Amino acid sequence: MRRQEDISGKMDWLTVLIYLVMVVLGWLNIYAAVYDETVHPSIFDLSLNSGRQLIFIAVSFIIILAILVVDMRFYETAAWLIYGVVLFLMVLVLVVGREVGGNKAWLGFGSFGGQPSEFAKFATALVVAKVIGSIGFRMDNLRNQIILFALIGFPMLIILAQKDTGTALVFTAFVLVFFREGMSPFLMIVGIASAVIFILTLLVQNELYLYGGIGIILVITILAGKKKFKRIALLTIGALAVAGVIQSVDYVINNVMKPHQQNRIRALINPDADPLGYGWNVTQSKIAIGSGGFSGKGFLEGTQTKFDFVPEQSTDFIFCTIGEEHGWLGSLVVVGLFVTLLLRIVYLAERQKNRFARVYGYSVASIFFFHFAINIGMTIGLFPVIGIPLPFFSYGGSALWGFTVLLFILLKLDAHRGQVLQRL
Amino acid sequence: MNEGRKEIIRALMVLTGVIFLVKLFFIQILDDRYAQLADSNSILKEVEYPFRGLIYDRNGKLLVYNSPEYDLLIVKKEIGSFDSAAFCSVFDLSREELRIKFKELRARKEYSPVKPTLFIRQLSNYDFAKIQEHIDEFPGFYIQPRTTRDYTTGSLANALGYVSEISKTQLEKDSTKLYRQGDYIGQSGIEAQYEHVLRGKRGVRYKLRNVSGIEKGSFKNGEFDTLSVPGHDLVTTIDLDLQEYGERLLKGKVGSLVAIEPSTGEILSMISGPSYDPTLLTGRKFSSNFMLVSSDTTKPLFTRPLMAMYPPGSIFKIVQTLIGLQEGVLHYDTRFPCDRTVVNCHNHPNPCDLHMAVQYSCNPYFHQAFRRIINQNKSPNTFIDSRIGLENWHDYVSRFGLGKPLGVDLPSEKGGQMPGSALYNRIYGEGRWKFSTIYSLAIGQGEMLITPVQMANLAAIMANKGYYFTPHLVKEIRGSNQLPAVVKHETGIDAKYFTFVQDAMSDAIYGTAQRAVIPGIELCGKTGTAQNPHGYDHSVFMAFAPKEDPKIAIAVYVENAGWGGRAAASIASLMIERYLTGEVKRLALQDYVLKGEFLDKVVLTTPSTE
Repeated sequence: MRRQEDISGKMDWLTVLIYLVMVVLGWLNIYAAVYDETVHPSIFDLSLNSGRQLIFIAVSFIIILAILVVDMRFYETAAWLIYGVVLFLMVLVLVVGREVGGNKAWLGFGSFGGQPSEFAKFATALVVAKVIGSIGFRMDNLRNQIILFALIGFPMLIILAQKDTGTALVFTAFVLVFFREGMSPFLMIVGIASAVIFILTLLVQNELYLYGGIGIILVITILAGKKKFKRIALLTIGALAVAGVIQSVDYVINNVMKPHQQNRIRALINPDADPLGYGWNVTQSKIAIGSGGFSGKGFLEGTQTKFDFVPEQSTDFIFCTIGEEHGWLGSLVVVGLFVTLLLRIVYLAERQKNRFARVYGYSVASIFFFHFAINIGMTIGLFPVIGIPLPFFSYGGSALWGFTVLLFILLKLDAHRGQVLQRL
Repeated sequence: MNEGRKEIIRALMVLTGVIFLVKLFFIQILDDRYAQLADSNSILKEVEYPFRGLIYDRNGKLLVYNSPEYDLLIVKKEIGSFDSAAFCSVFDLSREELRIKFKELRARKEYSPVKPTLFIRQLSNYDFAKIQEHIDEFPGFYIQPRTTRDYTTGSLANALGYVSEISKTQLEKDSTKLYRQGDYIGQSGIEAQYEHVLRGKRGVRYKLRNVSGIEKGSFKNGEFDTLSVPGHDLVTTIDLDLQEYGERLLKGKVGSLVAIEPSTGEILSMISGPSYDPTLLTGRKFSSNFMLVSSDTTKPLFTRPLMAMYPPGSIFKIVQTLIGLQEGVLHYDTRFPCDRTVVNCHNHPNPCDLHMAVQYSCNPYFHQAFRRIINQNKSPNTFIDSRIGLENWHDYVSRFGLGKPLGVDLPSEKGGQMPGSALYNRIYGEGRWKFSTIYSLAIGQGEMLITPVQMANLAAIMANKGYYFTPHLVKEIRGSNQLPAVVKHETGIDAKYFTFVQDAMSDAIYGTAQRAVIPGIELCGKTGTAQNPHGYDHSVFMAFAPKEDPKIAIAVYVENAGWGGRAAASIASLMIERYLTGEVKRLALQDYVLKGEFLDKVVLTTPSTE
């Protein structure tokens, strides 16, 4: 076995820099979110989220060191083991876990609490990468596809059983990885299309407009291409499916969804109907962000994001604080940071020499992308409220550590990408 | 074929970012509806001021409490049609005063038309009763209850200190960031020293309001409200009965009185004369009264027991005695003639041994004794020898708690002055002073200054035979353990020498302070008369009692009252009687003190110390 070499020269420092900037900005905004001018607390005050987040950040740095010290082959070798342990812990949480905020996802060790589900993301990413990266793996094999969906299905089911729908939905992000690795886009397109039509159905008051719109799109598509007959057949089926989705919306909302989920959907469509009730989150969140203007009200100067006008102020709705205190410019910086990070991760994934590392990289990108899209989307009223954190910004130890592990395993693999060939 | 898909994924990411930024552009920049909604301030924040901690005396008697007062707040934006005539009559203002109020309001830095801002401060309970029924007629005005300090006693003002609105400079210097403009803060005495435990924690209540400003109950069922936390109560070491009695005795006189419980260092009484009525510096009349009190030529705000520095006079002879004995340069049978060529004296048996010298307070004796302490022939050069001697002596007096602040738990305690070689080098030049330059120190005069609390502490050291506990005023912070431990300080002088000096002090009463004798109580004391180049001499007396198992050590300093055996000894003696027996039987002496005519013109022409 070769000795551990110095990998500092091969680390992707750009990603590390973006990570650090995000973590620090997150910390400052958590402070702003819990800051009370009457009391004027210190940012280091451990009774506040900001003080505790600093400790979480410090622990992250220790975790990073540990990840970088461990031999890179460990992550591939131990993928199944890690996956198994995390799943076991999650089942354990179901049995002996604590309930926090309606979700039974917390494991308590004395005064410490942890959410194993945050770690299920990287465990699943490792195991998915391992399976797809195994020799002779073919994506078009149905058995393989079933295995992959089972791999993301298990943690999803357990998390759903913990009543944490938001985190469970994150695992659908793997579809993007499968797509990159050759799975038919059909599933992805159907999935996204269904969601879009579902929301459109809710937003457009009169269904006839919707049918009209879809009809026009169909006609244009049919006229535009060749092989008209085949297209007509396919699109007719498509149209019928769309109609089915549209017709099912009411049924799904009223019979499948739980009341609080129904409310979140209603809040998305018409937040003004009950601004102090179910529309509260979205209304307050939009007021906060919207009142930020171009350059914001200034650090700690926000009025709407204080005292939990917006609930989950320092966790899921942290973007409100950024939007209010730093305005459109601040939003631009944060969105820009995320898009840069995502593109960088895709770039890193693409430059890997083996499939395991590449698939893992895409998994990381997909998970971050999902969090980024859903979290910011919900705070500005583009998606229904789904309680998932904004990576590196939201308050919380488990989440921060989970994202840190995800990212830095990739950076570790990337730093050793030259060795992979030697190994083969 | 999959290579192209990475571009799709990238495009998806960029597209999402762009969609977000466009949407954000719409709600943040193009749509000003949200900014207006934010401004509509649908949640009203009400500050709940905490109760400041109460202050008790050592026997649990309440000294300081809080009484309600009310601030009138204004939210300018909510004022619709405003009947200024009705307003003026309800609030007892003239039109001109009202106009000034509004002008002041707009000038205030934190002024905002949508936030509640202070309009009229400190309405009394009486005013409030009158206003309460009319307040609904003036939308946009709110009553904010808070409290002001009130006192059960007219005494102890200097030790308690006062509370007032935080000043601009204090706000700027405040590192805790707990205070805001308009907040009250302890400005002196215990109120300032224990501000951090007395102040408590401010609470906040959030109330929902609709667009027209009508309250719709608490915000989210009070989930985010915080209750105010009252400050901690303090139990002081003060004996209120003794304190009030002492202030009565000292009334009309300028001076200080400090009484300490020797076994604990607890200050039983601390009197500064003249003082002021603490109730003057509370409530709405604070500003005008403060002007009055602070410009008073008798300086009632000056805390004499801690800040006034006097030459100790003859009481310092007992310190010299102890140092001489410990150094081995004086012995019980050491005799010196009463040679009045350098310092003057008064008539007493001659020559004295050490006991008699203390008893009769012989000046020439201590002149000789001090020479022995300073010049021990450690160096053939008399200048160097004097320096060595003085430095050694300075070490001793420092251990008596002299020449530096004792660490009393009140702000701005002074340390007095015990001259060392550095001071004389500065005055005369290095190697240019010797014993004959500094001999005034022998009898507590010269460059020597001590504070009344140091004198009382000296009495406590005598009572304890060689040690003292840092004198302090607060013995308990209820519900907190933040009280610093009381430190025991040793003088390093043998207890047997103290026993010897105690005997001499006991006899001294009969020699120089007949008035101090209390039938049935053995009292040890020492008089002093400090020369005052600016006027009549100061009267000094320190004592403790009873001699066996002392319960009280006391020092009294009365300015311009002549002999220590008269004013100071009488007051101290009455205080001791009152404290030990609970009553005063020597009414004639009490009348003598209350009358306060201690000077007879004949005495005045007799110079020097007793």
